[in-house]
Amino acid sequence: MDFPLTDPFFWETVIQGLLFGGVLALLSLGLNIIFGVIDVVWICYAELIMIGMYTIYFLYSDYGVPLPLAMGGGVLVVAVLGAALHHFIIRPILHTEPINQLLVTGGVLFFLQGFATLAFSVEFRNLGVSFGSIEAGDMYIPTTRLLAFVVSLVAVVGLWLFLKRTYLGTAIRAISQDRDVMPLMGVSPRKIYLVTSALGGGLAGLGACLLVLLYDIHPAIGLTFGPITFMVCVMGGLGNMIGGFIAAFIFAEFIALGGFYAEIEWGYVIAFAFFIVMMFIRPQGILGTKN
Amino acid sequence: MLELKNVSAGYGTFQALFDVSLEVRAGEAVAVIGPNGAGKTSLLRVISKVIDLNGGQISMEGVALNDVPAHRIIELGIAHVPEHRRLFPRLTVEENLKMGGFIADARAHFEERLAYVYELFPRMKERRHQLAGTMSGGEQQMCAIGRGLMSGPKLLLLDEPSAGLAPVIVQQVFDLVRRIRQEGYTVLIVEQNIQQVLKVVDRAYLLEVGQIKMSGSSQELLENDDVRRAYIGL
Repeated sequence: MDFPLTDPFFWETVIQGLLFGGVLALLSLGLNIIFGVIDVVWICYAELIMIGMYTIYFLYSDYGVPLPLAMGGGVLVVAVLGAALHHFIIRPILHTEPINQLLVTGGVLFFLQGFATLAFSVEFRNLGVSFGSIEAGDMYIPTTRLLAFVVSLVAVVGLWLFLKRTYLGTAIRAISQDRDVMPLMGVSPRKIYLVTSALGGGLAGLGACLLVLLYDIHPAIGLTFGPITFMVCVMGGLGNMIGGFIAAFIFAEFIALGGFYAEIEWGYVIAFAFFIVMMFIRPQGILGTKN
Repeated sequence: MLELKNVSAGYGTFQALFDVSLEVRAGEAVAVIGPNGAGKTSLLRVISKVIDLNGGQISMEGVALNDVPAHRIIELGIAHVPEHRRLFPRLTVEENLKMGGFIADARAHFEERLAYVYELFPRMKERRHQLAGTMSGGEQQMCAIGRGLMSGPKLLLLDEPSAGLAPVIVQQVFDLVRRIRQEGYTVLIVEQNIQQVLKVVDRAYLLEVGQIKMSGSSQELLENDDVRRAYIGL
């Protein structure tokens, strides 16, 4: 084998991994904020993304809504869905055993999948939008992937600024540290949880905007991204957004480089093997502190 | 300013307060003293509506608090500095203060109140970018009181501000309380450190097993033989 540093395909692979990492980072963001703040894992998170993808697809393809507007609609629908999920399903059982929350969101996963299969059929759909590729030297970088990467970074920075600078964002961070003292600050925990759930849903919707450009839409697409999103969050330290961000890039590079040296499936095998090893070495995740 | 009439409250089936009546007039500093487990913290918690009122009435400047939810109490001018300070440990000092000024009315005055708190507690200004959880107990108490002041309250509820602090720091905390009084705030303070607290307040109530057993001026309570024997150890 040639020394890879001079091989343009190697660098193209590294960059592809980086771009995929950006997408994974965005996907992990919503799940992480929900867990970090409300202490609940939305097992059905990727299915919310799937609903967002269908929303964008139908708005754009069937109703002729311009793509940016259709994407805005997708974000909105999933944000409302996230708030509804919290209000109707999570909140009544918030103070019961954590296993209940896993089971109930697991139930929502199968419900949404079954619903999508019935309503939209198992047919693979594609938005059919392509922005071509950018050529740099001997490398080809698909524009949609670059765009997805940029949007991910902007979303991460935007979320960080929101959490750091605004009253609402500060309250969201505060409530994860001490829920019971919040009413003394004039903050209704119930309202903050609802806003956080809408935010988590909105981030899932934003993830849908990117995935809809990159992949075919079908009812089981959640199974492709659900487990890996969950693993990125766990490896970063569940609830830790910076950790999740780092883990996303590590995972993506494992998958990309695994695909470079063998086949892409081997990339996933290696990434998951790495995950298992990491769970033995650092079960709390890269930056996790919770036990 | 604040009036409690025949208040009963508790947690589930456990009743913590029985038929408690007390009053705090504008400009006064009033203490509620008593042993551990007497219901002192519950008393402040029921005023803040963190626990439910089972009977009786509470009013602030004539407004009944009975049907006001916990997160709206602060809008009526009542700031509650809870037991054990309860700062947000992984937020900075300034972010903690910002949370104290969360309500809409307080946001409009954020800059001036921040400057005021920093002037009152210069130490907080030095530490404004430090995570609250990394400060000493006395500094955390300053921050907790400062956080309470950020909403621009008329009445400050202080729950055991000296608890868990080293003796030398306890002295500083009571100096803080004295400063707050001089600033013109009305204060209702709950304390186990009876000898110290009676030096900084005008009047006090003695609470035992959820009931008011005695009330009077600080001087009267300090000179009362039962109080001296049971709580001051003289």
